[in-house]
Amino acid sequence: MAQETARAKKAGHRHQYAIFAGMVALFVVLPFVIYPVFLMQALCFALFACAFNLLIGYTGLVSFGHAMFLGTAGYVTAHAAKVWGVPPELAILAGTAASAALGLVVGLLAIRRQGIYFAMITLALAQMIFFFSLQAKFTGGEDGIQSVPRGVMFGILNLQDMMTMYYVVLAIFLAGFLLICRVIYSPFGQVLKAIRENEPRAISLGYNVHQYKLIAFVLSAALSGLAGGTKAIVFQLASLTDVHWTMSGEVVLMTLLGGMGTVFGPIVGAFIVIAMQNYLAQLGSWVTIAQGVVFVICVLAFRRGIVGELGRFLKKPL
Amino acid sequence: MFELLGISPQALFGQLLIGLINGSFYAMLSLGLAVIFGLLNIINFCHGALYMMGAFVAWFALKHLGLGYWPSLIVAPIVVGAFGMVLERSMLRHLYKLDHIYGLLLTFGLALVIEGVFRNEFGASGLPYGIPPTLSGGQNLGFMFLPNYRAWVIVASLGVCLATWYVIERTKLGAYLRAATENPTLVQAFGINVPRMITLTYGLGVALAALAGVLAAPIYQVSPLMGSNLIIVVFAVVVIGGMGSILGSIITGFALGVVEGLTKVFYPEASSTVIFIVMAIVLLIRPTGLFGRAH
Repeated sequence: MAQETARAKKAGHRHQYAIFAGMVALFVVLPFVIYPVFLMQALCFALFACAFNLLIGYTGLVSFGHAMFLGTAGYVTAHAAKVWGVPPELAILAGTAASAALGLVVGLLAIRRQGIYFAMITLALAQMIFFFSLQAKFTGGEDGIQSVPRGVMFGILNLQDMMTMYYVVLAIFLAGFLLICRVIYSPFGQVLKAIRENEPRAISLGYNVHQYKLIAFVLSAALSGLAGGTKAIVFQLASLTDVHWTMSGEVVLMTLLGGMGTVFGPIVGAFIVIAMQNYLAQLGSWVTIAQGVVFVICVLAFRRGIVGELGRFLKKPL
Repeated sequence: MFELLGISPQALFGQLLIGLINGSFYAMLSLGLAVIFGLLNIINFCHGALYMMGAFVAWFALKHLGLGYWPSLIVAPIVVGAFGMVLERSMLRHLYKLDHIYGLLLTFGLALVIEGVFRNEFGASGLPYGIPPTLSGGQNLGFMFLPNYRAWVIVASLGVCLATWYVIERTKLGAYLRAATENPTLVQAFGINVPRMITLTYGLGVALAALAGVLAAPIYQVSPLMGSNLIIVVFAVVVIGGMGSILGSIITGFALGVVEGLTKVFYPEASSTVIFIVMAIVLLIRPTGLFGRAH
């Protein structure tokens, strides 16, 4: 049995490598066909959704406040780049570190409860961060931090250039994505899945469940921060939108639509949701209604998500 | 004493009153959430949206049907309660066997749809709803001015909360409800129609939210966004109180309203975050909530 699953997993890996290679090739070529700014936005959100999926899909923790990590990193990165004048790589690093630290504090509080309560606690703490961002001096309140300089990365890559910026974003996304894959397929990731499937049994097997959950939470927060910091540099803006609870809902939608607990699902979900926002933007609040309807349909009829259903159809984990 | 603290008694009692008003809405909403969660195991994210719908039904009834405030207090909960029962029959009941989290996700989607539709129809700005003439004016209590309507809201919501508590804890119907919360299969085996009871419970919880919406309409403006910001605070209230006890939700709701009001007097910058800070402290000391039971 164990051998069988190991073999199945290896076979599963092989086609995943192929899909990964195809995805990289696609993303390298895509900016020549599609507007790069849209792609950069989608890639940032794809990383955000993948980081979120690490929790919801692989650990079974539903955070309803992930916007706080995206937004906090955005503010810190923007502040570092604009006010302190540090190069973009350090600014993004500062944002990521800030989100990781916030993730540690929030995680310590939130993992004291499970399930529904976990979701409500993260939502409430994210709302606290929202109010803090609204009132604090350095965030600029309603205006946010505007005209953040993109700067020169590592002293050689001029991010003012659209294509350079795009490939930097792509590199950051791929690095984050590979790290998440590495985590999922590591022994550590197997323990996370065990916790998702049956927490009492994981405890009885002697695993320190709290510690595993906390590490997963901090990791997810840090990677969400990486996405948020990169987004702030790309759009030269950090604003309240990124800390608002609707953003927390959006990342849930992306992951749910693409497929919770699938490797590639959140990427697909992020691209669809961002495309929906961009192309339906002139319809105003119909976007919200459309998102709500997609939520309802996904939960009622389509719980595996697009990639999850595809994987079931092909009988291969995607 | 007031000079010593550097605040005027008017400000203190004024904010205390606002705190009690907010507290009565927290109490009514968290009570509804607790009742629904007890039986359905669903956290009703669209509770805020249904609260908003209650206010809108009252506004619509006044503007287009000429129905005043008092009939609306009855009509709005019935309309919204019926809408809730349709939601339960058509969607929520498919989720009872699944992880609780799907209920949260579904009702979150429903909240987006409901709010989006109302925002499309009525815009994001608030619509005025007048105080009923019988309750206009106020009393001068010497140390503060008490508007009649606000006094009514506190009394009314306290009454509704206690009535709900009485029905659930002291009547036969409530006993069935509590039994079904503990073990629905066994209660069904005794010949009680549990699915119908679930539908009615959801309708009741939602009707409470709508009633709160009507009560709130003359105080806050009627706006499509009035529910979404409130519901997150109510979630924090629910975490603080724990969902184990009906009386606990009522006490926690009012108490946190007062805490929020007092913070506005002594340290206004923290007034929007104080409830979340209280939540964090409670989680550190008593993770199951003040009135919650460990499970």
